Amino acid sequence: MAEPNTSRSRLSLKLWKRIFPYIKSIRKYMIVVLVGMVVSALSESVYPMFTSYAVNRFVTPGTTAGIGLFALAFLLVIVIGAAAVIVYSRNSIIVEMQTAKMLKRDCFRHLQELSLSYYNANSVGYLLSRVMSDTDRISSVISWGIIHLLWNLCYIIGAFVSMMLLNVKLALLLLCIVPVVAVITWVFQSRLIVVGRRIREANSRIVGAYNEGITGAKTSKTLVIEEKNCEQFRAITSDMYRQMVRRSVLSGILIPLVLLCGSVAVSEVLYAGGRGVMRGAIDYGTLAAFITYAVAIIDPVAEIARVINDIITAQVCLERVTAVIDEEPLIRDTPAVEAKYGTVFDPKPENWEPIRGHITFDHVWFKYPDGGDYVLEDFCLDVPAGTTVAIVGETGAGKSTLVNLVCRFFEPTAGSIRIDGTDYRQRSQSWLHANLGYVLQDAHLFSGSIADNIRYGKLDATPAQIEAAAKLVSADRVAAGMPGGYDAQVGEGGDRLSTGEKQLVSFARAMIADPPIFVLDEATSSIDTHTELMIQNAISRVLHGRTSFIIAHRLSTVRMADVILVVDDGKIVEQGTHDELMASGGRYRALYEAMEIREQESPHR
Amino acid sequence: MKNGIFKTFFAFSKGARRFFLAAIGASAVSIFFKFLTPRIIGGTVDAVLGADTGGLPAFLAAWLNTGGRLEYLAKHIGLCALLAVASAVLSGVFNFRSRVNIAKGTGKYVKALRDRLFEHTQHLPFSWHTDHLTGDIIQRCTTDVETTQNFVSTQLLEVIQTVLLLIIAFALMFSMNVPMSIVVLLFIPIIAGYTCFFFGRISRKFLECDNAEGDLMVQVQENLTGVRVVRAFGREKHEQAQFDRKNEIYTGKWISLGYTLGVYWGVGDIVCASQLLATVVAGAYMAASGRLTLGVFITFISYAQSLGGPVRQLGRILSEMSKTGVSLRRIKDILDAPAETASPEEETPDLRGDIVFDNVSFRYGDKQVLRGVSFTAKGGKTIGILGRTGSGKSTVTYLLNRLYELPEDCGTITVGGVDIRKIDRYYLRRNIGLVLQEPFLFSKTVFENIDIATDTGDLEKVRQAARAAAVDDSVMAFPKGYDTVVGERGVTLSGGQKQRVALARTFMMGAPVMVFDDSMSNLDMKTDEQIRTSLRENAGDATVLLISHRISTLMTADWIIVLDRGAVVQQGTHEQLLAQEGIYRQTYEIQSGKGGETNG
Repeated sequence: MAEPNTSRSRLSLKLWKRIFPYIKSIRKYMIVVLVGMVVSALSESVYPMFTSYAVNRFVTPGTTAGIGLFALAFLLVIVIGAAAVIVYSRNSIIVEMQTAKMLKRDCFRHLQELSLSYYNANSVGYLLSRVMSDTDRISSVISWGIIHLLWNLCYIIGAFVSMMLLNVKLALLLLCIVPVVAVITWVFQSRLIVVGRRIREANSRIVGAYNEGITGAKTSKTLVIEEKNCEQFRAITSDMYRQMVRRSVLSGILIPLVLLCGSVAVSEVLYAGGRGVMRGAIDYGTLAAFITYAVAIIDPVAEIARVINDIITAQVCLERVTAVIDEEPLIRDTPAVEAKYGTVFDPKPENWEPIRGHITFDHVWFKYPDGGDYVLEDFCLDVPAGTTVAIVGETGAGKSTLVNLVCRFFEPTAGSIRIDGTDYRQRSQSWLHANLGYVLQDAHLFSGSIADNIRYGKLDATPAQIEAAAKLVSADRVAAGMPGGYDAQVGEGGDRLSTGEKQLVSFARAMIADPPIFVLDEATSSIDTHTELMIQNAISRVLHGRTSFIIAHRLSTVRMADVILVVDDGKIVEQGTHDELMASGGRYRALYEAMEIREQESPHR
Repeated sequence: MKNGIFKTFFAFSKGARRFFLAAIGASAVSIFFKFLTPRIIGGTVDAVLGADTGGLPAFLAAWLNTGGRLEYLAKHIGLCALLAVASAVLSGVFNFRSRVNIAKGTGKYVKALRDRLFEHTQHLPFSWHTDHLTGDIIQRCTTDVETTQNFVSTQLLEVIQTVLLLIIAFALMFSMNVPMSIVVLLFIPIIAGYTCFFFGRISRKFLECDNAEGDLMVQVQENLTGVRVVRAFGREKHEQAQFDRKNEIYTGKWISLGYTLGVYWGVGDIVCASQLLATVVAGAYMAASGRLTLGVFITFISYAQSLGGPVRQLGRILSEMSKTGVSLRRIKDILDAPAETASPEEETPDLRGDIVFDNVSFRYGDKQVLRGVSFTAKGGKTIGILGRTGSGKSTVTYLLNRLYELPEDCGTITVGGVDIRKIDRYYLRRNIGLVLQEPFLFSKTVFENIDIATDTGDLEKVRQAARAAAVDDSVMAFPKGYDTVVGERGVTLSGGQKQRVALARTFMMGAPVMVFDDSMSNLDMKTDEQIRTSLRENAGDATVLLISHRISTLMTADWIIVLDRGAVVQQGTHEQLLAQEGIYRQTYEIQSGKGGETNG
């Protein structure tokens, strides 16, 4: 996914304030981090003072008296510093990971509530990287970014205080180099970030090309376009090469330049300090300490510039994550409904009315939220409990609209849908979904065993119930055909099962809760005749005694329906029973005859 | 085995070698000047400030002590400072050269590796792609290549650079003072050893973190992909609980890793600072007794400080190198798989004649897929093939297209009387338009997809093909029409639309033979019928092979072959086959709703 044009402008405190509630809950760790960090930075910043002391106390006078004590004191500072490092790094990983955990959880939770229209507009890959990588990036900046920033700041302050104590003039001289280093780093880092983004883009193009090249390899072979693919691939890798060299030129200048600044600082010290020594104004120890400081101060300055840049880059991640969290779900239960029936995360099934399955479309108007015309205009239909409604139409005619409305994946724009006489918006979504069985065209299974997948329809189901449900829809044959039976793993997304097998398992999953309402999007894809027969059997069992909505592709299914709706170009053009529609000789009849192609003498039931 | 990996590794370094050599040379010079700078400073302190040339090399001391040069420098100490800056500038310039050369070398190397991998995967046989999981191959081509890139660009060169650095530093140190050099040297194996030790444990923990992340990732991905199922079953709470559990594990693993890392950093600081401490104390001790000058003392402190970092890095790299070995082996697996060879026979006959399978048997792995299949598809006619899943019907098409190679003694397949094993493979594929059961569309525009094999750039022709595949209307209904980019997971195109675009793509080729391997299964019967009608109108004198499990698709064919368990069990016209007992009639009865079991 290409990154949107980043507002590389400036730090937005308003945005980062969003993080405060998260940090607040882990503030005690944060405090430990800060204290440990200050101790560590300060202790490290006094190391050159020991050099200075050693020169003045031992080297110049030529004595070793008290060197043991000196070594001990030095060691003590080292150990304190190291202990501080252990303490703050342990706590900062807690800060990092807890922040990430909370961000991930909130993101995921919110995604559970967002409407399906949101999922239609955003690809899975896009959402996945919001939940996984963006949150990681933000929390890493929160912990390590801030630590690096403050550590280096403390170090610089500690070093300058030490230097001021030694010699004010030399200290001020060194201070001049600081802004130079900061500006150089800043400028180059900004450019490096841009090149870095180009490299990432080139990289994702390469990954994409491999993905296509390998997934589509078989197709490429049938079309004999292997060479064409290779040529296009080489163009992408050539671009990658150019970007890599560009980055190396930028960073190749930056790093030596920063190091050079350090050398200039040392030379400054050598020049000014050396003259001071010759005049007797500065002692050797001070000179030695300054030479060390001049080198040691450069890195922290560069680091600060780098970290600030990092934080600004990470701001994009934060923008994207908050955009997800701020997105309003299109379909929401009213506060009154939530109070009575509970939310999806905290349902109150004890208050749920039993459902019979009498569904009424009462002057329903509907258009999809992403624009376009009304696809339902003043649609009325009464579906008594136990009725089977078949929806037929050509590929891409918009047959799933009605199903989306029944499932309350979308709500009517105007008018109402009533279940057992009550507008379903006066009940909670969980109430409806708990009473709904649903089988998709591309049956989606979760990784886990066959039993796990069937249990998804009823979390407290016993193994016996699972087997009974499976048997009801012939899914027991799927289990029997796998090593391990019901415990056989289906793989990611159910990949180890064929399309037909997946569908049978998803039937069992829908049936185990014995729902009064059933929704089926019949599969059209390649299923061999034998499995298809089992599926048809399953369908006929499933429909019995339930209010059902079926997007139908098979004659046998259509014939089972009590009401048939014919959809064309997104709209319902005909409705009625099979006989009525056949008699009227309209669209349905044409469709039916096409389905029936030359099965002339086949009798209808 | 190890040798094999090295061979693979070096095979791609051809264009890159000179850059790497230049990089190593430039780093050596850069490092030399880097270490010269503290020496100049130390020398200045001694000779110029302290008027003591004892710490300098003899020739330099002699030069400085003649003609009042030392006194001149003392008055113009800025010259010494300039000298130090000059040395630093030289170090910087060569550092730059080295970095750019590394990038160029790595860039060339990785490009060669990537290009080769891509080409190789394109030319690997069809069966190889059937036998291997795409996800795994893609990961090898991306993640493992990145590991290798990392190895080349940072690890390998940093090891070389660190070794160079140590050699140069110690050469300079030993020339100044032997006992002090030994004090500094003593810490090198300690730092490297402890880093290696820690990183062994750390990488194990990293692996655990990676696995925990993988689990969490799969959970999120499946949840997002299956959002409709989650909603329809009202399983948000259940999903959230599972997510929270995995999120907790993931967090815990990282925190545990962080603890180990914290100790590692703390101990590392102690070891590195101890080196400084030892240098300061030993230096002070020796300087006090006059065995070390102040300038040399200062120089040693600089050296001790600049060695710790790289050596720590070295230990880390050494422990990570094992990963590269694993990655290289995984890459090598792909490269070692034999690619399709250019066919030695290059006949390019007219393919409009009869297609004859004569006693064709075929084994795939240890499974007998076809057993003595014989049939004739008359040139210019439409032939239907009916068979259940696993009956071998797809294999027939793969063999015809030489996607699977028919071994010499397993019967013959001829087109227009020519054995297909004698026909140029690419010519054959270009002239036998095959639509796979699960056709793949590339993430290009619909136009580019339809025109992909033909490259005509002619919208009218593309639309004509699309009309024949009954997809023109659907495409024109998209806001961007033929410029619509085919998106991921059918966000913009439905399964049926994809299938029809694939059909249009094959119609574009205008091949004398067209093979449809269950290519209309995602279409409803009316569209199926519509396409077959236009196929009959447009096919001209092309031979058409229709493979399906749907009778309605096959019944209009001129001749129908029924395959079962790899053998031809029935053939004839629709009417003839209906009149017989057998699979064909059974299937027909089930599909037309006459099968007794379906009554419900």
